[in-house]
Amino acid sequence: MPTIRMKAAANGDVVEVQALVQHPMDSGFVKDSAGNIISAHHIETLVFECNGKPVFSAFWGPAVSKDPYLKFAFKGAAKGDSISATWIDNFGKTDTGTAKIA
Amino acid sequence: MMTSRPPKRMAIAIAAIAALRLMGAAPLFAADAASASRPDAERKAFQSFFFAKFPKVEKDDFGNGPYAVNAGMRKQWEEIMQFPPYDFALDEGQQAWEKPFANGRKYADCFENGGLGIRQTYPRFDAKTGQVETLDGAINRCRVENGEAPLAWETGTMASIIAYLAQTSRGKPFDISIPDDPRALAAYDRGKEFFYSRKGQLGFSCASCHVVASGERLRGDILAPALGILASFPIYRSDWGSMGTVSRRFTSCSAQTRAVPLADQDESYRDLEYFLSYMSNGIPITGPGTRP
Repeated sequence: MPTIRMKAAANGDVVEVQALVQHPMDSGFVKDSAGNIISAHHIETLVFECNGKPVFSAFWGPAVSKDPYLKFAFKGAAKGDSISATWIDNFGKTDTGTAKIA
Repeated sequence: MMTSRPPKRMAIAIAAIAALRLMGAAPLFAADAASASRPDAERKAFQSFFFAKFPKVEKDDFGNGPYAVNAGMRKQWEEIMQFPPYDFALDEGQQAWEKPFANGRKYADCFENGGLGIRQTYPRFDAKTGQVETLDGAINRCRVENGEAPLAWETGTMASIIAYLAQTSRGKPFDISIPDDPRALAAYDRGKEFFYSRKGQLGFSCASCHVVASGERLRGDILAPALGILASFPIYRSDWGSMGTVSRRFTSCSAQTRAVPLADQDESYRDLEYFLSYMSNGIPITGPGTRP
């Protein structure tokens, strides 16, 4: 199942992007019911690219919530262009999602 | 402002009348046990209490809980709903629902209309067992009858499956029936008694918060009116960081009033769900929902 939900909408020359990323974002400070520490497991980098060019990047750590939601806007793209988002976590896992600008 | 309410004295008077009708009417009509007209009258009184307390809230909006009665929270909710946090659960629920059991049968074989668009008719009185059966209970019964292990009640796959089913019932009004059976009426009465009984160290009843103080603040939260309160289940609570079923809400409600929570799907909780859902007949399903 894709871990990234994305919506991008152009309004004039500004494109507004919203994304919801499914990830446990464990901080490494929480114990499970048996009392063992749940090791830190969180996204480290998240990059959005439009037409192959990065438009937004984030460096995330253990303080970001589980299943994070993100919203930003940028200029220089048009309706129909495709936008992609890629995350890499501290376990080296990664996923990419794409959307068309509406 | 959606928070404005009728003059307090009037609300209290109506509450008193509603309470009298709900509590006091039971012994008077005990001989008339098989008649469904008493719950019907009680439901009308219950609903008109909330319509009078929140005159600006549309009937169909009561399924949205605190967002129906507080404009500030509604604004935040509308933003959240551009990207509902239960979206992942909906997908997971649909996948789990459609995956056949080891014996080749499916969940859909256990329910009328393949389980779609039926959420508003649960919980139901089951004449075979003489008890109330919730949708959660029916799902686990279906699993056990097909040789699968039952699901955990409060969150995870159970919540995801019900989220998926609830979505297929969105907009369909609660349609709970109390059949002509003294045991069904008794279950309704036990649910009603549970709802109005004070419990726990803090001495709250369900009604203390969700009838008398509904729409008011409890620390940072707005107390949802009891009318339509189950229409949005299962819910994604930001506080929980995950989905939760009615079971999860009932046990955590008990704990918050410092009462000892009963086991999930205890008969008392099922009776309570039966009573509350019957009281909400006519309020459309809004689930799955999201709450702070």
